[in-house]
Amino acid sequence: MGDLTNPASAISVDELVVTRGRKAVLHGLSCCVEAGAVTGLLGPSGCGKTTLMRAIVGVQIVQSGTVHVLGRPAGDPGLRARVGYVTQAPSVYADLTVRQNVWYFARVAGADSSTVDRVIERVGLVDEADQLVHDLSGGQHSRASLACALVGAPDVLVLDEPTVGLDPVIRAELWDFFHELAAGGATLLVSSHVMDEATRCDRLLLMREGDIIADDTPDAIRAATGTADLEQAFLRLIRAEASE
Amino acid sequence: MNPRILGATIARVLRQLKHDHRTVALVVVVPIVLLLFVHALFSDSPAAFDRIGLAMLGIFPFIIMFLITSIAMLRERTTGTLERLLTTPMNKADLLFGYGVAFGVAAAVQATIATMAAYWIFGMNTGAHAVWVILVAVVNAVLGVSLGLLASAFARTEFQAVQFMPLIVTPQLLTCGLFAPRDQMAGWLQHISDFFPLTYSVEALRDVGINPSPTSTYWTDLAIVLAVVIVALVAAAATLRRRTA
Repeated sequence: MGDLTNPASAISVDELVVTRGRKAVLHGLSCCVEAGAVTGLLGPSGCGKTTLMRAIVGVQIVQSGTVHVLGRPAGDPGLRARVGYVTQAPSVYADLTVRQNVWYFARVAGADSSTVDRVIERVGLVDEADQLVHDLSGGQHSRASLACALVGAPDVLVLDEPTVGLDPVIRAELWDFFHELAAGGATLLVSSHVMDEATRCDRLLLMREGDIIADDTPDAIRAATGTADLEQAFLRLIRAEASE
Repeated sequence: MNPRILGATIARVLRQLKHDHRTVALVVVVPIVLLLFVHALFSDSPAAFDRIGLAMLGIFPFIIMFLITSIAMLRERTTGTLERLLTTPMNKADLLFGYGVAFGVAAAVQATIATMAAYWIFGMNTGAHAVWVILVAVVNAVLGVSLGLLASAFARTEFQAVQFMPLIVTPQLLTCGLFAPRDQMAGWLQHISDFFPLTYSVEALRDVGINPSPTSTYWTDLAIVLAVVIVALVAAAATLRRRTA
């Protein structure tokens, strides 16, 4: 696990230990995220998904273990222009318009201003581009936040529950878009606590109580657990682990 | 520091301010209303208005920018935009100076309007040109911004942030020479006020109030206030951690 020499992995986490307060959130977690693919990080709320993502983008204080992104230690200054992070709570300026927010993050990332309108179109906010983020719905708000990460065209995108509360049509469009980005060479790590999104991923990391309990393609997980339903597969994995 | 990111940050902060019409109105109108009060209070003594009104021109931008900045920066922290910015190529200095310059510009507009009102509506007299008064006001605003950036690190909520105003602003206000001349204050109080930056900006204003042009006292005072600004900004930068628990 955590094979740094494997050119296929964009992110490698090795024996990562994170404690928040007195509680160990991650206790020696190791995993890899394949480059140029959409990897789903799935697990119930509170299992440590956000903590793992924060460690990958380099904003989490870690007790021990290593995290490498594109061959560099997580949080390395050289990675800041190459890694995009969208937090679960949309982090954009509510008192600016969508276009002003995206423009700002484009300038910060050093992206061309011409990409601003293109990204706004991709997240489906053309009609809302000149509205204040404050006046948008929850789903539009999180798409504005997503646009701000996409505008820098990062090589690695870490998205924490980007599709929560979205209209099913928009959700499907966004997943298609994630795959387009991956086809273009980007690596995406997308968290969700909704199992039906797992089927849309190239690879899955199933997480429970701070540990990875499965790391494979959806098909391989279905085959290994002998069920076509990923929700059922997840349950069987948990039961199998508990009976060990 | 990166000029592109710094420039974008200045523009972003000013745009946020522009969208907030009520704050813009308050920033412009409140100093004039307060000057009206002071003017009426000292209607029998134009000399007292010249002294106190002048000091207030330096104090408004300090208080207002301290409040606006500490709340704005706290919002960056609580809404997650700060964490997001710290994962980008942005340098901490880009953010801090971005706020400093943007609110400094806003303060320059405020100070110019308030100073014009003081001279033209309320008939204030000063020895030196009004431009030296505005310069102190802008430096004071930047002082308010830098202390506000620092104070925001010690507040978890906007409620707490507002409580820093009486703590940080009021002692300086009481001992800066506005209410009682400093040489008539108790010795220990004078010593304490020696450590307060507002003491020096009020002294600088008095200097251009009574002299036909700024003397060395004025420039020394401004240098001291700017030194405090630099120290506060460095301390504020230290409170911006890329990694948190």
